[in-house]
Amino acid sequence: MTPLYLDANATEPLRPAAREAVLAALDLLGNPSSVHAAGRAARQMLEQARRRIAERFGTSPQEVVFTSGATEANALALHSLGQRRRILAGATEHPAILRAVPGIVTVPVLPDGQVDVAALAAALAEGPPALVCLMAANNETGVLHPLEEIAPLCRKHDALLHVDAVQVAGRLPLDLAALGADSLALSAHKLGGPKGAGALLLRRGLDLSALFTGGGQERGRRGGTEALPAIAGFAAAVAELDLAEGQKLAALRDGIEEGARAIVVGAGAPRLPNTSCLLLPGAPAETQVIALDLAGVQVSAGAACSSGKVTASPVLQAMGLGADAGCAIRVSLPWNAPPDAAQRFLTAYAEMRRRLGC
Amino acid sequence: MAAVNRPIYLDNHATTPLDSRVLAAMRPWWEENFANPHSVEHALGRAAEEAVETARRHVAALIGAEAREIIFTSGATEANNLAIKGAARFAAAQGDARRRIITVCTEHKCVLESVRDLQAEGFEPVFLPVEPDGMLEAETLRQALAEAPTLLVSVMAVNNEIGVVQDLPALAALAKEAGALFHTDAAQAAGRVPLDVGAVPIDLMSLSAHKIYGPKGVGALYVRRRPRVRLMPLLSGGGQERGLRSGTLPAPLLVGFGEAARIAAAEGLLDAGRIAAQRDRLLAALSAAVPGLRVNGAAEHRVAGNLNITFPGGVSAQTMLARLQDLCVSTGSACSSAEVEPSYVLRAIGLPEAEAAATLRIGIGRFTSPADVDRAASLLTDAWRHALSETQDAAE
Repeated sequence: MTPLYLDANATEPLRPAAREAVLAALDLLGNPSSVHAAGRAARQMLEQARRRIAERFGTSPQEVVFTSGATEANALALHSLGQRRRILAGATEHPAILRAVPGIVTVPVLPDGQVDVAALAAALAEGPPALVCLMAANNETGVLHPLEEIAPLCRKHDALLHVDAVQVAGRLPLDLAALGADSLALSAHKLGGPKGAGALLLRRGLDLSALFTGGGQERGRRGGTEALPAIAGFAAAVAELDLAEGQKLAALRDGIEEGARAIVVGAGAPRLPNTSCLLLPGAPAETQVIALDLAGVQVSAGAACSSGKVTASPVLQAMGLGADAGCAIRVSLPWNAPPDAAQRFLTAYAEMRRRLGC
Repeated sequence: MAAVNRPIYLDNHATTPLDSRVLAAMRPWWEENFANPHSVEHALGRAAEEAVETARRHVAALIGAEAREIIFTSGATEANNLAIKGAARFAAAQGDARRRIITVCTEHKCVLESVRDLQAEGFEPVFLPVEPDGMLEAETLRQALAEAPTLLVSVMAVNNEIGVVQDLPALAALAKEAGALFHTDAAQAAGRVPLDVGAVPIDLMSLSAHKIYGPKGVGALYVRRRPRVRLMPLLSGGGQERGLRSGTLPAPLLVGFGEAARIAAAEGLLDAGRIAAQRDRLLAALSAAVPGLRVNGAAEHRVAGNLNITFPGGVSAQTMLARLQDLCVSTGSACSSAEVEPSYVLRAIGLPEAEAAATLRIGIGRFTSPADVDRAASLLTDAWRHALSETQDAAE
């Protein structure tokens, strides 16, 4: 039986169109900065990718800065846009935000995982202009922050708004201009593209200084030869995005949550269509994940980054779950989840609960 | 390599074509296992992690390092930024009073700009001159080290425009003697000249995959463990790469980098011999057809594939390039090749502006055939004659 992959928030399976674009780009030999024929062909592919991504997410091509991924895109935004500003970030942000620069002030979240807008408003009012960093959707719980309320609040207080949109891109509508944000971080491999590319999208006219200097690529905002194969795959994956996929996944997700009879973290808040954070008090997440892995079901105990350490999730702790923060698993459906994904998951989950006696 | 409809590619300093064996090694990681190599909770993730660690061992072996001394990055530009800014900032945060950072005026732009960026943070950048042959004299470095306590010395192993190979053993030893860290940008050197961090006291070394027939989008920084070199990361977050470089590792690209490094270690010397023969063949043909051409940069300390040639007769390299649609060569580094101003590397070795503007960089690589260089010699000769006649027409 093929394993059932339900860890899309760690990485999405590569879309076939993205794979083809990667392989085509690998066959192209020029450096996009070279002016000869081979270089121009590479440049053309790069700029086509840039246009496609700009168009899809609501900015102009010259405001797309390609990076190695979302960690770099977030770091670039915080280093550059955060200069001479206070940085306010939600307590459940990804470590790529919370650890990007020293001195970040966190804003608490409510028990359902959404940022406490009143606390954010108070923080904005009490000091000089800030950079506000909030993720569109949380990677562990799928909870969406109310950005439509937050963007006007930021404008009112002359704050810039940076949105880590990694988990939302491709799963729900996303448009920088419509959102009223100043910048968006994207990752190719979280939307079915290859690892090794991401982007920082900027509001038109926003200045950005480089984190990696030298070479002058990306209009001086990011030095280094662009990772053309990964970028070409990124754009091809973006072209394939279909929000109808989300509706299909939402049905599977609902099936999982109805059948699991577990606590669904963040259930009261608007969430991503593909993510369930299932909590069983008293059952360590690590034990659950290992048991499911042995049964051929691949889920995770939280974010994939922290080098295999399974500890109580800081995201769930910030939501006030206390000791139970170590007892939740993340089930995240990939774009190509099979129709029987919920049923297969529930069979393995029930068996695991029977064996663990929880 | 020059397939139908493909121009002859003699710009292997800008980027190298992907080796088909590298593509074959990467394929399963594009086609079968897509997992996040940090997802060690499940089988797919663990397999990806193992593949990444194998790649790390290959990259380490290419330069005589231990696998755990290799930090993967998005490329050499990031590695250079991390080495220079990371070492300086870490030392300053520890209360180190040394502020001097020494580099060379012919370095790659990302090294020059990283060093310059540090000036705003209170460091003292020093840009050493080179000799007319492009070499950094050991005495020049010795004097700069004697003037003020120095934190870091950064000298590239092989120049990206004129191909000269710096004397790293001597220069690194001087830095060591003065108590400074020694960094080298080895993007152009890896796989082309022997590099051994076991034999030479190099603390930090930057590498790039796409300069060794691997994919664009990955590189590495070697960070010495004994004695341990400490850096402040540029990217913090998930804590990957021992906390020195956060971000999901692009497993397929790294598998390609590892395979490219494995091939480079096994075949680098063979390549160099073959490439030198092509270079000599090209130079002989050109010298016969273009009397008075000059090769810039030291002849004896030179990477095999590089020719940096100033064409005689007051011609313009841009005019030549306009006629060279079927031949990929360049006027200088790719990053700045769209700029009209002449190369700062050529200025640093004392070329007058008119001569710098009459200079082309040629980079021969693993896949350059004798037929390619013969054809290139005739195309270049034709382009030079044409440019010369235009110059003479303009003068009349």
